[in-house]
Amino acid sequence: MKKYTSFFRLRFAMGLSYRAAAWAAVSTQFAWGVMEIAMFQAFYQAEPERFPMTLEAAVSYVWLQQAFLALFAAWMLEAEVFESIKDGNIAYEMCRPMKIYPMLFVRALAMRVSRAALRFGPVLLVASLLPGAYGLRAPQGIDRFCLFFGAMILGVLVTVAFGTLVYGITFFTISPEGLRLLVTSAMDFFNGAIIPLPFFPDEMRKVMEVLPFAAMQNVPLRVYSGDLAGAAAARAVILQLVWLAVLVAAGRIVMARAERKLTVQGG
Amino acid sequence: MRDGIFLYGHYVSVQIKSMMQYKKSFMLAVMGQFLTSFNTFLGMFFMFQRFSAVGGFTYSQVVLCFGIFLMAFTLAECVARGFDTFSSIVRKGEFDRVMVRPRGLVLQVLGSRFELSRIGRMLQAVVMFIYGMRTSGICWDMPRVMTVVFMVAGGAVLFFGIFLAGAALCFFTLESLEIVNIFTYGAREFGTYPVGVYGKNILRFCTFVVPYGLVQYYPLLFLLGKREEVWRMFAPLLAAVFVVPCYGLWRVGVRRYQSAGS
Repeated sequence: MKKYTSFFRLRFAMGLSYRAAAWAAVSTQFAWGVMEIAMFQAFYQAEPERFPMTLEAAVSYVWLQQAFLALFAAWMLEAEVFESIKDGNIAYEMCRPMKIYPMLFVRALAMRVSRAALRFGPVLLVASLLPGAYGLRAPQGIDRFCLFFGAMILGVLVTVAFGTLVYGITFFTISPEGLRLLVTSAMDFFNGAIIPLPFFPDEMRKVMEVLPFAAMQNVPLRVYSGDLAGAAAARAVILQLVWLAVLVAAGRIVMARAERKLTVQGG
Repeated sequence: MRDGIFLYGHYVSVQIKSMMQYKKSFMLAVMGQFLTSFNTFLGMFFMFQRFSAVGGFTYSQVVLCFGIFLMAFTLAECVARGFDTFSSIVRKGEFDRVMVRPRGLVLQVLGSRFELSRIGRMLQAVVMFIYGMRTSGICWDMPRVMTVVFMVAGGAVLFFGIFLAGAALCFFTLESLEIVNIFTYGAREFGTYPVGVYGKNILRFCTFVVPYGLVQYYPLLFLLGKREEVWRMFAPLLAAVFVVPCYGLWRVGVRRYQSAGS
């Protein structure tokens, strides 16, 4: 266990060194948030009775999404890992005295957390200072905040577990680009990155809400504003736990199989 | 001039030939381009499953708007991708080589990348345009057809200018500025809806600072018959003037460039 925590610390420190990139990202995310909120507001003004959540909930959803983008973004699947699986360099990683599954898991987790750590502060600070409908409000009640925090940790773990499973599947293909493309756009669509899940038609939403993708950012971002509360929130968090267990188990099985029959191509 | 066009054609044909050596990765790139903007489309589609209009625009009118805007963007990106990835040219020191050749700098940078893979997105834009054209109830007369042509051409020139300005900034920073992405890829995302929808302040920004509104919102109102003033038809041509300061910035950058890379 100790080697994985120190590996985490190492990768985390590595991620923290990209400060300039983080500042640039903050400005982009800020502009993105403003535009997204302006869009939701336009729809809200047109037909407020059809808006599936309160405007305030939508605003906090957007800001939290932008602030913690690195934790959940689909494109954060590392091209470097895909590349090393393709060109065979992954063999070096496999020689290390660590298991491949937890190593890739920790690596992805460290990258997401370190990037988010550099970015979320400024975005949240400015968002909370914005006036009127654009501003981010503090969560109501300490228990809601705790639930939000817990759901966020689970959401990140589910995201990372899903990504690691995809890495595992990559071992069975020769060229990973196609898989990567499909997975990232499916993830974006189903996890609420493009529009939050409540905006989808009801029948569709019911299906989407039980998929593993809904156990990622969907839960914490909606718990924060109280859009997801009470029994529904509890159900969502339990579903997060279930998906986390399933994805980790599936990832380990796939990775173990890959390890057994891996042929390294190239040299 | 004719010589320049011939040379550019040659650049393009070389690029296409080399791309065709890797057909599978070309197809994947086409698919990837398609999927990213298809996701944007899906977001808009499902919003309209719930809402009937936004800012006075119906679903088919927004599809028409998105189609035209995406065509303009894709044309510009296809041609000006060399500017979009210009930071790598500067950092690797390749720009020094460009400068010693007896040819225009802009022409050479343009020729360095031609992204045929954007055809995936172009296809989507054209399909959306045709759908919007047939369902939004416009009576197509000569001025309306001209308006569409101006919107696509003006928009393409505008985005070309933004790519050029972004490249010019690389002379000062040596790395690509992520903030430029807001004006290119961000605009592509949010240009889905007519910019007037986003409220007064954003419309003002999109009129006087970076004139997206002039190639999209104002002529669109004329196209849809919501407004009748004739100037709206020619507004995209005014927006094309935006390329002039961008080129100026490029010139300044070239003049103070002191070589980089190894």
